[in-house]
Amino acid sequence: MVRKLRAAPRRVTLPKHPNQFIKMRIPIETFSLDNGLFVTLSQDRTAPIVAVNLWYHVGSANERPGRTGFAHLFEHMLFQGSEHVGSNEHFELIQRAGGTLNGSTWLERTNYYETVPSNQLGIALWLEADRMGALLPAMTQAKLDMQRDVVKNERRWSIDNQPYGTWFERLSALVFPESHPFHHSLMGSMEDLSAASLDDVKEFFRTYYTPDNAVLSIAGDFDQHDARQQVEKYFGKIVRGDGKPQLTAMELPRTFGKPVRAVVKDDVALPRLYLAFRSPVFGSDGYYAASVTSAILGMRRGSRLHRSLVRERQIAADASAFTFDLAKGSDILVADVTARPETSPQKLEDEVNREIDKLMKEGASQQEVDRAIALIETDMVTAMQSASERADRLSMFATFFGEPGKLNEQSEKYHAVTAHSVNDFVTSSLGPDNRATLLFVPADTGEGKVSESADGVTATAAA
Amino acid sequence: MTTSARPLPGPAREYHFPSFVRHTLANGLSIIVAPVEKLPVVTVLAVIDAGATNDPHGLEGLAQLTAEALREGTAKYTGLEILEGFERIGSSLEAGADWDSTIVSMTLLKEHVSKGQALLAELLTAPSFPENEIERLKAERLAERLQILAEPRGLADESFSKFLYPEGTRYSEPMSGNSTSISAIARQDVADFFASRYTPDATTLIIVGDVSVEEAVDLIEATLGSWKGEKAAGPSVERQATRRAKGLEVIRKADAAQAELRLGHKGVSRSHPDYFSVVVMNAILGGLFSSRINLNLREKHGYTYGASSYYDWRCEPGPFVIATAVQSEVVADALRETLSEIDRIRSEKIPEDELSLATSYLEGVFPIRYETTSAIAAALANLVVFSLPDSFYGEYRQNIRGVSTADVLKAAQTYVIPEELRVVIVGDPAIVVEPLEKLKFSDVSLQSPVEA
Repeated sequence: MVRKLRAAPRRVTLPKHPNQFIKMRIPIETFSLDNGLFVTLSQDRTAPIVAVNLWYHVGSANERPGRTGFAHLFEHMLFQGSEHVGSNEHFELIQRAGGTLNGSTWLERTNYYETVPSNQLGIALWLEADRMGALLPAMTQAKLDMQRDVVKNERRWSIDNQPYGTWFERLSALVFPESHPFHHSLMGSMEDLSAASLDDVKEFFRTYYTPDNAVLSIAGDFDQHDARQQVEKYFGKIVRGDGKPQLTAMELPRTFGKPVRAVVKDDVALPRLYLAFRSPVFGSDGYYAASVTSAILGMRRGSRLHRSLVRERQIAADASAFTFDLAKGSDILVADVTARPETSPQKLEDEVNREIDKLMKEGASQQEVDRAIALIETDMVTAMQSASERADRLSMFATFFGEPGKLNEQSEKYHAVTAHSVNDFVTSSLGPDNRATLLFVPADTGEGKVSESADGVTATAAA
Repeated sequence: MTTSARPLPGPAREYHFPSFVRHTLANGLSIIVAPVEKLPVVTVLAVIDAGATNDPHGLEGLAQLTAEALREGTAKYTGLEILEGFERIGSSLEAGADWDSTIVSMTLLKEHVSKGQALLAELLTAPSFPENEIERLKAERLAERLQILAEPRGLADESFSKFLYPEGTRYSEPMSGNSTSISAIARQDVADFFASRYTPDATTLIIVGDVSVEEAVDLIEATLGSWKGEKAAGPSVERQATRRAKGLEVIRKADAAQAELRLGHKGVSRSHPDYFSVVVMNAILGGLFSSRINLNLREKHGYTYGASSYYDWRCEPGPFVIATAVQSEVVADALRETLSEIDRIRSEKIPEDELSLATSYLEGVFPIRYETTSAIAAALANLVVFSLPDSFYGEYRQNIRGVSTADVLKAAQTYVIPEELRVVIVGDPAIVVEPLEKLKFSDVSLQSPVEA
């Protein structure tokens, strides 16, 4: 019954498991209300819990100049009550119902979600409908001022008072041109947060928080007929929006065209390098090879960067790689490597680049591709255990592609990736003309140790 | 446009925590199996009676390092082969030590369980602890020490433990050790710790997921049935009897963008009979988003992005902690408001509707906590680590429901002790010290972050 692992590593091709896909195929039903709200239902009655998940197709990319961070500040305002719900009552009612809840803001979307005992589906839907249909009667200057302070403290906590905390906004600024909707800070600047007004709240709500700009997903234990009726009852009378402004052009060349580089002296203990590459957008044909490449480079301890730099050569303390999973314009693949104390920033940068060069030169093996796909597949299947994850991913595929059913195709898409398609991506996208370097250097050392002579260099001091 | 009438809940469907079966092998190894058939996923978790509290004095971090070193080589395989063996089947082996136990676990697709278990068994029974790999793991831990000390949250947590527990006690030092103790660990220490603590009679294998009881027991019998050894009479866990007077320490972090604040005192042990009263009381004080401390500091004053309180449950009394990060200028105000919430919950009974908010939340989220095989396995491991009765999860919601407003008041008066509160603030002394002195909570002692 128990098979032994072979002592010597040999090339192994994992058998494909077509039955696995069938077992993993989750049921999906969709419908739309007259006001444009797109609804996805996925039933799973194994436990008496149900997840409600709303994606609004608006994120920091939709912010206007001078209002960076507004989409996120607005997300906070959605917990400050609506016509029939008091301030902070949304949290209280869901917690009293025995549920969990939150919301989050990203470049391309904002989501709101609850998981509740299945007999409490009604209260979750009603609360979401009340704030979609009638938020503005509850908005006041005092509430906005309070949430502005909370968000400024969120910025201090998650960015300004954290080693490397600015990496995400610095990298976004580095890899997207200034005019691009992904260029500016998701959390926003303190100045722009201070400038946000109640009129901004009203305008943003009327423009973006409309049923035709939202997707509602319900996953877990519910009766199909009943769920449908409740959705129609609570959301059916909400008025459709007038449409939203087009985003400025998102399309970008496939590569940066030249090396891009920024060095940050910061209050950090160890140098850290973020090396980023433009890559095909989430869900596109080319995306899956890019995603597998990121796993080959930096998913878990057996990946190339971890194995070579952390385990074998011991110049790095940690290494990982991932994609942002952006669905518009261009995605970004990022390698994130932290130096050992004795490794200089220059050496860190050289060695990571050498690993990328090595991958370009020798190519990824089928064995590496198989390892990556096996890890990704386990993650995908285990994520489906959670009703909240199911609902969120259904909302994602519905929002970006209008097809929540794409969720069931993901395993097949990954299994279709070959060493050949990975190496096509590696050859075309990991070269020096498509590398963006963001290097954090400890403020009290590092001086003069980093060459700043490469093309496109910008040296940046810590904010 | 919207409906004013709030929907009422329908009848609740019954929920039962997954049923599980216990079995013991001839060599003393315990097995717990919980079949869950939702998806073709299985979690295998080994819990071993080898926690950080078993670290010898001066070798703090040994339990953690030993757990990690299991993966680095065995009689048959090199560390790299083990790594590849797990990842090829889409899994990774997690290994680490908590205060009271070592946990080694993997989650994998059903079809790979026997392969994964063969490897896991090999690691538990025949690790070789190669010297060079031990040295690498130590260097990685030392790099991590530097990162933690540069990070205000980690620095606040560690400084708080040090300020709370007397010097020389295990809880005063980081769970994974400090740089001196990590540096002092030799390969032989790891091998000795393993030999004395990793034995079948000190180990429970927990299997949760798409597997039958028979399959699971057969698999464990086949892979670990011949494992030999008896646990040595280990050093008993030190007692943490001392109570400490209140105090306030500022850890210097010039130009910090915010002040990290921790306050609390020694709490109660996990096996305490008043566990449920304390859980409900803490939910109201600082455990929920709608808790008193969070609503006060965040929603009433905007001082912070969030504030919470918790009892760190361990076999011996772990800390009771209130944690937040606030704008530096308001740190004394935030502390004053927090102290007033402590006084309030200790001085009067909470209203019934505040009690029901906490109890209905804790009851309702119970099934949501156990959606995944790994969460169920971790819950079953807690039965083992804290010697809880098998009926614990079955009776959990009933016990929560049984807590009254009088119980909450008594728990607050007994287990939140203002005279013992110790406070640690990591922040910019130029901004935080003066207002804190004016608050007259206690003398303010200014410290620099130091590593042992």
